[in-house]
Amino acid sequence: MVNLSLGHQFSGPTDPAADAHWPDVRERKGFFTDTSICIGCKACEVACKEWNHNPRDGDLELTAMSYDNTVSLGASTWRHVAFVEQDKERIEVARESGRRLVSLGMPSVRRPQDDAPPGPGASADATGTTDGAPTAYGNVDTTPPDTPEFRWLMASDVCKHCTHAGCLDVCPTGALMRTEFGTVVVQDDVCNGCGTCVAGCPFGVVERRSDGTAAPTTREGERKGEQPDVPKRGVAQKCTLCYDRLLDDETPACAKTCPTTSIKFGDHDDLVTDARERVAQLHAQGMTEARLYGANELDGVGGTGALFLLLDEPEVYGLPPDPRVCTADLPEMAKRAAIATGGMLAAAALAFLGGRR
Amino acid sequence: MANADCIVLQGGNMAEAHPVGFQWVSEAKARGAKVIHVDPRFTRTSAVADRHIPLRAGSDVALLGGLINYVLTHDKWFKEYVVAYTNAATIVSEDFRDTEDLDGLFSGFDPETGKYDMTSWSYAAPKSEDGDGKVEGSDPSANDANSNTKETAPGDAHGSGGPALEHAEVLRDDTLQDPNTVFQILKRHYARYTPELVEELCGVSAADFDYLARAVTENSGRDRTTCFGYATGWTQHTLGAQFIRTAAVLQLLLGNVGRPGGGIMALRGHASIQGSTDIPTLFNLLPGYLPMPIAGQHDTLQDYLDGIASKKQKGYWANADAYFVSLMKSYFGDGATAENNWGFDYLPRLTGAHGTYQTTLAMLADEVEGFFVLGQNPAVGSANGRMQRLALPHLKWMVVRDLSLIESATWWKDSPEIASGEMRTEDIETEVFFMPAATHVEKAGTFTQTQRLLQWRHKALAPPEECQSDLDFFYQLGVRIRELVAESTDERDRPLLDMTWDYPLDEHGDPIPESVLREINGVQLTGPDAGRALSGYQELKADGSTACGCWIYSGVFADDVNMSARRTPQGGPGVSQHEWGWAWPADRRILYNRASADPDGKPWSERKKYIWWDEAQQRWVGDDVPDFPVDRAPHAKPDPEVGGPAAITGDDPFIMQSDGKGWLFAPKGLVDGPLPTHYEPQESPVDNALYTQQQSPTRIMYAREDNLGAPSYGSKGVEVFPYVFTTYRLTEHHTAGGMSRWLPYLSELQPEMFCEVSPALAAERGLEEGGWATIISPRAVIEARVLVTDRMTPLTVGGRTVHQVGLPYHWGVGDQAIVTGDAANDLIGITLDPNTQIQESKVGSCDVIAGRRPRDGAELELLDEYIRRAGVTPATDNQRLTDPEAETAALSAAEAEGDFAKPNPDDEPGGSRW
Repeated sequence: MVNLSLGHQFSGPTDPAADAHWPDVRERKGFFTDTSICIGCKACEVACKEWNHNPRDGDLELTAMSYDNTVSLGASTWRHVAFVEQDKERIEVARESGRRLVSLGMPSVRRPQDDAPPGPGASADATGTTDGAPTAYGNVDTTPPDTPEFRWLMASDVCKHCTHAGCLDVCPTGALMRTEFGTVVVQDDVCNGCGTCVAGCPFGVVERRSDGTAAPTTREGERKGEQPDVPKRGVAQKCTLCYDRLLDDETPACAKTCPTTSIKFGDHDDLVTDARERVAQLHAQGMTEARLYGANELDGVGGTGALFLLLDEPEVYGLPPDPRVCTADLPEMAKRAAIATGGMLAAAALAFLGGRR
Repeated sequence: MANADCIVLQGGNMAEAHPVGFQWVSEAKARGAKVIHVDPRFTRTSAVADRHIPLRAGSDVALLGGLINYVLTHDKWFKEYVVAYTNAATIVSEDFRDTEDLDGLFSGFDPETGKYDMTSWSYAAPKSEDGDGKVEGSDPSANDANSNTKETAPGDAHGSGGPALEHAEVLRDDTLQDPNTVFQILKRHYARYTPELVEELCGVSAADFDYLARAVTENSGRDRTTCFGYATGWTQHTLGAQFIRTAAVLQLLLGNVGRPGGGIMALRGHASIQGSTDIPTLFNLLPGYLPMPIAGQHDTLQDYLDGIASKKQKGYWANADAYFVSLMKSYFGDGATAENNWGFDYLPRLTGAHGTYQTTLAMLADEVEGFFVLGQNPAVGSANGRMQRLALPHLKWMVVRDLSLIESATWWKDSPEIASGEMRTEDIETEVFFMPAATHVEKAGTFTQTQRLLQWRHKALAPPEECQSDLDFFYQLGVRIRELVAESTDERDRPLLDMTWDYPLDEHGDPIPESVLREINGVQLTGPDAGRALSGYQELKADGSTACGCWIYSGVFADDVNMSARRTPQGGPGVSQHEWGWAWPADRRILYNRASADPDGKPWSERKKYIWWDEAQQRWVGDDVPDFPVDRAPHAKPDPEVGGPAAITGDDPFIMQSDGKGWLFAPKGLVDGPLPTHYEPQESPVDNALYTQQQSPTRIMYAREDNLGAPSYGSKGVEVFPYVFTTYRLTEHHTAGGMSRWLPYLSELQPEMFCEVSPALAAERGLEEGGWATIISPRAVIEARVLVTDRMTPLTVGGRTVHQVGLPYHWGVGDQAIVTGDAANDLIGITLDPNTQIQESKVGSCDVIAGRRPRDGAELELLDEYIRRAGVTPATDNQRLTDPEAETAALSAAEAEGDFAKPNPDDEPGGSRW
């Protein structure tokens, strides 16, 4: 059952480590993945697997999904690079949708330090995970950049380390924990493999490492690719934001290896500031398709520890447009449940009372 | 590169093949630079460039020539730079005739030998006192190395400074008006390279060309610089050296050499591939780009040294004797004496080319008994893979040193030829030894990368079991061979016994890598400070008092400090990052950096300030080590008669060139012409719109049954192999796969061989996304999964549509790797650049049909059927000079038969056949 006794917040802005009652809260850490400078080298995928001793997964077959052959995040792939090929028409759609995000007076305009609530005119997106640039759109030069005919998007996805993490909130064993850095980590030796967290993650990030199907390959006649025994079978697995490296003041493996600094690691608040500046810069270059994902602390997960700069709508990259933590409404539900319980009790009491008559 | 205002990446795919170096492109872009990618395919580099410009593979000279013409006709050239620092004003011999005069040939071509006599390309000589007006270099013997020797890769044979000029005096017309000035010759040569021609030959639209031309010219000049980056997309052509020369001419005209953010970056693909040419693994070079002596021409030491440089020419090559003698002292120690010409006769002599492909052919002729394969996987990675594999059973023995059992080690049991029945394991007598190698983290040493930067690598852990480093292996091999001949009195064993082989050993008995770097750096041998590590190449002497293993690396161990191990983060505070590693020569980060200042020695602009003349100190100063005699004043005019470094005038930035100038026109050195000229690739369905001459007349051809060519434009059968293919690498794999297909993490990222085709070609051939395709060239039949993508663009070239097929070359057939597949290199024929002996593997002709390839020998029947249908013989494509009449006749015959314009009905995609 969900532990309600900690008394922590289930939605809205907060410092997650403090909220988890860490006595010595560290600066919240996160990633800012700027997909506009990603070259799709997949060094992050490899560095991640090397450092975390994750086995190779997949069947060693070409997926024909552009250059993506690992397909999605999973129990063994904690960084995943998506490849999306787009024609001119789609680029224009993306540019327009990005422009709308800005001109609607989005919470994007609102910096974390501003306390003013979003304007009343904000659309449904206002509580969404995607937002635009902090600049007034009227001032920017919208000369389109030079590659309009075709583009090839590359984006390295990772666990979002949500401010309000569904996986953690639903975990019955306490295997999932909030670290002092505000990140979310699975404790392999506590996890009992129940899989509740898999359904609890609004991004589809967590996966149980299955205990038979992680075998190297299903290809006929394949005798190669012997791997070391697949470790940690049956337990939930996901990115730890290299918790072990953070404890040693080291940069996570993916960010360390990224040759173009597409993956930036740092203090969450600094990353949000940098990310907003980068979007403003791209908008100034006419790339109105640029937008942030996860930087809005008013979204359904309270903002994410891992932010992304996207060049199209989140769905294009396989990301949910409006993720919502499954426990966001828990207090409300509890209240209603209490009322309902009270009503039931009252009704029962009445029944008994009536029965006595 | 980070300092560039515009970066043109062409003939390379930097983001994919050089992702770590690409950080500097990202950096430049973040600072506002424009990045343009010119490539047949839209790649991961294009994805982050400002613009991708598709062009037909192999047509780069036409595009770059078009840019040169644009720069000249729009008056965009950097006048002060060009007049002062290049040979634009130099007057060329009146005997010179251009390709424009001779329909695709330069003067001096000998149809008998297929080679040029370069005499007429020479600079006009000043009238001597007796008034004979002798042309520079007209002494025929001086040209031997260039024109008369069979296939010796002469482009490299002159070292990095180009070939010798006899003296430093040249005739000039600084107004550039004399019709025989280089500048006027250049103008005439490129006059027909118009945007229209570029569109016709390259398939580059007028709008794209205009964009490129504007970007490059607007970002060049006093205040701005443009940089080019290329890789094997330029080198692997029958005129690859000329591709790079075209860019060099353009960059010199724009003043983009020797300045921050300028230059032409040769992107080297492996960790130390630059190092492997500096201290060469090439047959025709000694360390530091000293040539190997050639039998018949270099019978004496003096002949040899005269062939490198004349003492009377300008620049540092005039001191080649000091570099060579010091090398011999390093090789042979006390065994190298003035009496035995410093051991010159210990060196082998070249009798011809001994490159990869000549060695393969020699194997087939049973002329090679043994073969060492190190850091290479020729069964997968070399052109015409079938020929490579069929050559190996002719060996008595071979040694493969690698990390894994690569295909070149297991071909005798699992090659495609075993599967097809052409080879039977039980018939193969070759003895194959596999020696496990240490990886780069299991050994110490240096890597030398693109920027000429030596970076020391520490050993992280000991190699497992029997794995050995290359250093340890060769040291031990040397020790054993020397033991075998220790008692020998045979003169031919003398070099082995005289060789210095006394490296200090560590506690495990392995030679200490630093001792090798110190030997390369050089030491003083005599005098009070004998044994001192030298501080740089200027200390080298020709009298045997110094030893140096590679003169350009001298200084890397100065003061007994391993300079290559410097690792100050970000290279320290200076803009040239001097506290990281060590760059040859003399730790200069930008070569020819005297050109970063104007002729008066002042920076061209504040923005591009780098090296300048300090009047007060009377020295060159700035952000880098000046690549110039440090106290030579900008207006100094020494007597050219003195020769060598002393003859360099204050405005001769190109201190390794024999006249101190950047060469727009190369009077010597390149065997295929003094100016780059567009020729079609060996195999091309497109007509050379410029000249009757279709292909480069000096290309090296091998007309053999096992190296057949697809008919080119104008020949019968051209429609049988209608598509252009190009081969390349992916980020996820390493060349022929030896370092990636055995690793699960890399294998899963790109698990299968695939081909990339446009939707239009897929529709034309019935190819399905994710399905299979069979690709046929006259050399082989391979299969690949299909990626249908808009990243491949059909181009309109010469009025018709040209489809291109993209083929990564990482996979090979075998049973050891995690992932295997057919090898793209099997499709490629062997035709070589005469300057470099590099094969044309970036462009060829093929057909593509749907479905998997036939097996068990049936693939050979399919190949035979194609060859028959196209009427291919060994003579196909191998006519040195294009016969204009034959071309016309074939064309009209083809048109009459009607089989040229429309596909042959027999040529329909035959998915149902298998």
